Amino acid sequence: MGRTLAEKVWEDHVVRRAEGEPDLLYIDLHLLHEVTSPQAFDGLRLSGRTVRRTDLTIATEDHNTPTLDIDKPIADPVSRTQLETLRKNCAEFGVRLHPLGDVEQGVVHVVGPQLGLTQPGTTVVCGDSHTSTHGAFGALAFGIGTSQVEHVLATQTLPLAPFRTMAITVEGELPDGVTAKDLILAVISRIGTGGGQGYVIEYRGSAIRNLSMEARMTVCNMSIEAGARAGMIAPDETTFEYLKGRPHAPSGDDWDAAVEYWKTLATDEDAVFDHEVYIDASALSPFVTWGTNPGQGAPLSASVPDPASFDDESDRHAAEKALEYMGLTAGQPLRDIAVDTVFVGSCTNGRIEDLRSAASILDGRRVAEGLRMLVVPGSVRVALQAIEEGLDKVFTAAGAEWRHAGCSMCLGMNPDQLAPGERSASTSNRNFEGRQGKGGRTHLVSPQVAAATAVLGHLASPADLDARTPVEA
Amino acid sequence: MEAFTTHTGRAVPLRRSNVDTDQIIPAHWLKKVTRNGFEDGLFEAWRKDPSFVLNHPEREGATVLVAGPDFGTGSSREHAVWALQNYGFKAVISSRFADIFRGNSLKNGLLTVILPQETVERLWKLVEADPAAEITVDLVGRQVRAEGVTAEFELNENARWRLLEGLDDISLTLQNEDAVSAYEAGRPSFKPRTLQG
Ligand code: SF4
Repeated sequence: MGRTLAEKVWEDHVVRRAEGEPDLLYIDLHLLHEVTSPQAFDGLRLSGRTVRRTDLTIATEDHNTPTLDIDKPIADPVSRTQLETLRKNCAEFGVRLHPLGDVEQGVVHVVGPQLGLTQPGTTVVCGDSHTSTHGAFGALAFGIGTSQVEHVLATQTLPLAPFRTMAITVEGELPDGVTAKDLILAVISRIGTGGGQGYVIEYRGSAIRNLSMEARMTVCNMSIEAGARAGMIAPDETTFEYLKGRPHAPSGDDWDAAVEYWKTLATDEDAVFDHEVYIDASALSPFVTWGTNPGQGAPLSASVPDPASFDDESDRHAAEKALEYMGLTAGQPLRDIAVDTVFVGSCTNGRIEDLRSAASILDGRRVAEGLRMLVVPGSVRVALQAIEEGLDKVFTAAGAEWRHAGCSMCLGMNPDQLAPGERSASTSNRNFEGRQGKGGRTHLVSPQVAAATAVLGHLASPADLDARTPVEA
Repeated sequence: MEAFTTHTGRAVPLRRSNVDTDQIIPAHWLKKVTRNGFEDGLFEAWRKDPSFVLNHPEREGATVLVAGPDFGTGSSREHAVWALQNYGFKAVISSRFADIFRGNSLKNGLLTVILPQETVERLWKLVEADPAAEITVDLVGRQVRAEGVTAEFELNENARWRLLEGLDDISLTLQNEDAVSAYEAGRPSFKPRTLQG
């Protein structure tokens, strides 16, 4: 019987297999950041161990870093301690670090791919659930806990329990104005936040093949929001094209050997998935969340659902609680929801294409009166590219704030937070209660919807703009 | 990880059920960047009450916690185990543990022993009547012994062996060093490296 992409990558990394024990897998790339690594390094120190492969390990600072005044000392003592600890640990154990202020600094899941470190057929881990992002390259990439971080630091391997395979096949063409973000939000609302539990999802079909690498990363990024262990997309010419010439991509003979190997990774025709889901791309439309988990979403054209309409008792209860927290009433058209803040950024939608698409909508327009819009590039490299293309000027001319790279308002760990009761349209990945700041209310959206929402002051898609607000001459 | 064979020590009777990890170690302690120094956070909220059992002078230096059912529910934070260990506990006895907490405890060398609630009751009575009474937790013989109490307990063979040998996940993997090195020797040269040269 044929094998799936995920099974091939897994098999190629088995260091040891023994009856009744989990497989011991080799880890090709270990990404670190300041939040989940300190106890792991401390554990190494306590047991007198070292980092086995510093050449397969890289660290960056992202979660706690401010996006303003980055040359000033960090005000919050806890954030400062976490960053200083990472710096000390990396120096002591010989790990490459890109600290705040460095040209390669940024959100860990933006940094890996842009350096060309994330490659097809590799195993990638990080003490962060959104490590699934890297699956866009055909890597088996997943988030791990702090004990596992220590395990990988010390041994470059991990004992792992087997997974099941799920195929999500998206055929057809995405309509105009419908993006990878809308697609993945629709997938999660379809299968639910627990629908992927225990599975590695492979996204396939013509609509997936037609996505750019950046859009594929957006899709894989949110696999974890469906509860999946990982999300993957088979590498193809788009992948190779993206990688070629990147600082850490193979070159010369190595490149040829690598591409030859990468081409063997696609799921075999006769492989069987444990579960399959089919989605018609042409039926999708801009999608937004109305609740407090990423599965509570609906097309922008719909209304806030009535909790009573859910068959499942726990769904009904969750919807009731969500509406209460979100301050919404059943039946209210989603387009009528006014927001205070718009956030464009994060490892879901903080890459250059995302900024380009938001900028193209804001160009010549203004952010609505009284609305705050934050544009936060996913990395310093993304920021520099955007500046070169003049995107920062477009944002600031429209009245948005152009910030320094980092996780920023994706989660309330740095100064960028929502105030209690404040409502945002956010291109990030989690709309949990308090995720963007205590009492903050989050609607997950695509960069296009974020930009259109910023202009109109309520949830909107670019199509709404064309009808109502012509671009100023 | 320290090996656990048999341990004898005085006990703390914790007559509460459903002690969740937030009570064991409150969330604000999670900001710490080390694996030790959590002892002061252990049961922090309850310890503000001078009558809380851990504050009784005769319980100082106790190493066995005898807890109510469903100990360790709630978040998966490993800090809960570290806090108990940092405080000096070697073993926790309860009639039921939350799964993740139990997994974390065995991984870190804290022995969690499951005994019937009536045995827990007898241990409570014993150590409440006599704070100097000692409890022996014998992993070799899979037995808990105290004055008037001898109780067998179950533990999965693999977990038991690892505790007896003091093997954490990492040391177990390090025993397969040859396999890891052999795998590394066969890795293609096109695989990514974070350090050049
Ligand atoms: S951008 Fe958000 S989801 Fe991504 S790593 Fe940072 S905090 Fe996590």
